[in-house]
Amino acid sequence: MPKIKFAVIVFPGSNCDHDAYHTAKHVLGHDTEFVWHKESSLKGADVVILPGGFSYGDYLRTGAIAQFSPVMKAVSAFAASGGPVLGICNGFQVLCEARLLPGALIRNKDLKFHCEHVRVRVEQTDTPFTLRAAKGQVLRIPIAHGEGNYFADPQTLEELEASRRVVLRYCDNDGQVTDRSNPNGSINGIAGICNEERNIVGLMPHPERACEATLGSEDGLVFFASVVACLASHGALTA
Amino acid sequence: MKARVFVTLKPSVFDPQGRTIEEALHSLGYAGVGDVRQGKYFELEIDAATADKAREIASSVADKVLANPVIESYRIEVE
Repeated sequence: MPKIKFAVIVFPGSNCDHDAYHTAKHVLGHDTEFVWHKESSLKGADVVILPGGFSYGDYLRTGAIAQFSPVMKAVSAFAASGGPVLGICNGFQVLCEARLLPGALIRNKDLKFHCEHVRVRVEQTDTPFTLRAAKGQVLRIPIAHGEGNYFADPQTLEELEASRRVVLRYCDNDGQVTDRSNPNGSINGIAGICNEERNIVGLMPHPERACEATLGSEDGLVFFASVVACLASHGALTA
Repeated sequence: MKARVFVTLKPSVFDPQGRTIEEALHSLGYAGVGDVRQGKYFELEIDAATADKAREIASSVADKVLANPVIESYRIEVE
């Protein structure tokens, strides 16, 4: 198996960093390093994960302060050069605040913090994190957020849909996207999106919490397996 | 100079907190209070020679940090 190097960014208040590290390092067996938010280098990583949590205590807005952390310059440069970046939950919120992804995550429609397993439908498989999934595949993955209600203005939303950049949608057991299957009020049931170049993906669900049978689901593995396969096929491996 | 920055959700963005407060007010008997919107308020002490300069700085700060233009707009008062 090719060796891929994962970097997991650690902001003050990140709390899913160890979950992501554990998955990449111990479940998949790849080199993985934590990168503290004050670092200016990504330590030669092939793939970058912005983990979930409550960076800076969610002060001001979720992800708002983290976007100014020194490491974000390196993340932006890495992404601009085509490197795969995955933002999970708070990581997704940081990517939106940093304008690396469009739109914003606002307070859940019902004001409740949702911590539960949900179903999401894979909408696009031409991203580094979903290429091993099947289009229309329904995954069972947990969410844990109070501010996961995806919002974008009508024009941005139209662009997202037209350019097939909605990567995941909340759905029911049969893969149908309904109001009932939407846990937070996200517009068009959006659970994850990618940028125009498709190498930056942000999702509210936590795939890293669904990578071992003992955790109740292994459906999250496909995101990690996909990026490994993607990097292996491009030969963009750490020497 | 003191600048006050009021950040509010754009009208097109649903404000579940405002809606919940509104419903609570109605249950308290304030039937005539409607369209409650929750926002944020910031006070900034700005080292600037003129009010215009202070406003310019406050505006820059609001654009970059205090408000997210995707969902929020803001209003500034300087004294």
